[in-house]
Amino acid sequence: MPSNDLPPQTRGLTAIAGAMSLIVVLLIVQIWLLSAALESFLSGKRPTALPAAIFSGLMFLICFGLYLFVDRVDSDVRHSAEDR
Amino acid sequence: MKWLRRPSSEPLWKEEFSARTSDERYVTRRQLTKFLVLTSFGMFVGNLWILVRSIFSKAPSNPEQVVARKGEIPVGGVKLFTFPTKDDHCILVRPSENEHVAFSQKCTHLSCAVYYSQDNNRLECPCHKGFFSIADGSVLQGPPSRPLPKIVLEARDGQLLAVGIKSS
Repeated sequence: MPSNDLPPQTRGLTAIAGAMSLIVVLLIVQIWLLSAALESFLSGKRPTALPAAIFSGLMFLICFGLYLFVDRVDSDVRHSAEDR
Repeated sequence: MKWLRRPSSEPLWKEEFSARTSDERYVTRRQLTKFLVLTSFGMFVGNLWILVRSIFSKAPSNPEQVVARKGEIPVGGVKLFTFPTKDDHCILVRPSENEHVAFSQKCTHLSCAVYYSQDNNRLECPCHKGFFSIADGSVLQGPPSRPLPKIVLEARDGQLLAVGIKSS
């Protein structure tokens, strides 16, 4: 069955699952980044804190963008179900 | 704006507690996504906290402290002392006639007290068999990933003084 023939709810769920997977991957990288930055800070290597904070902030922004995407898809699918 | 959701006429509780089973999957996924993004924000705040601490924390100034008199320790002998505070235990070793070295006694793995092994001429942690070089405190073997902090010593007026700490 071509993906365009799938009901909007199924397509919406697939899109949300994909976005959530990306968020999980980014979160794992952020956890690693935080532990590496803390390890580095405690061992006295302070210059690593700035790039770690910048990249962590970037990853948070991407996660937030994905959350907006999930929220919009969710809203669209529910409105399309109500319209029908 | 295309990124944002369409404004809904439904009250919030109707969106969060769906009456239809088919919508329930959306609610749980949306809530999980929200939780994941909040966790991501927490990670970012943690990194910011480390950045702020690294900018504003000053390097500690260590007071000079007499740790031993010259000749007090025999060759191969050790003396325990605390530096810079009473809670920071250190070990002073005299591996050869003209050499004195001192390190923090706290293993960088899980903080067990290291001791000097004269037979192997190295510092050893009895808990997980982490071995450190007596020359510079670097890790020779075992689970520790960081070297022992070295205590900077100065010989003055027949006395050995601890004047600072050299990490890594």
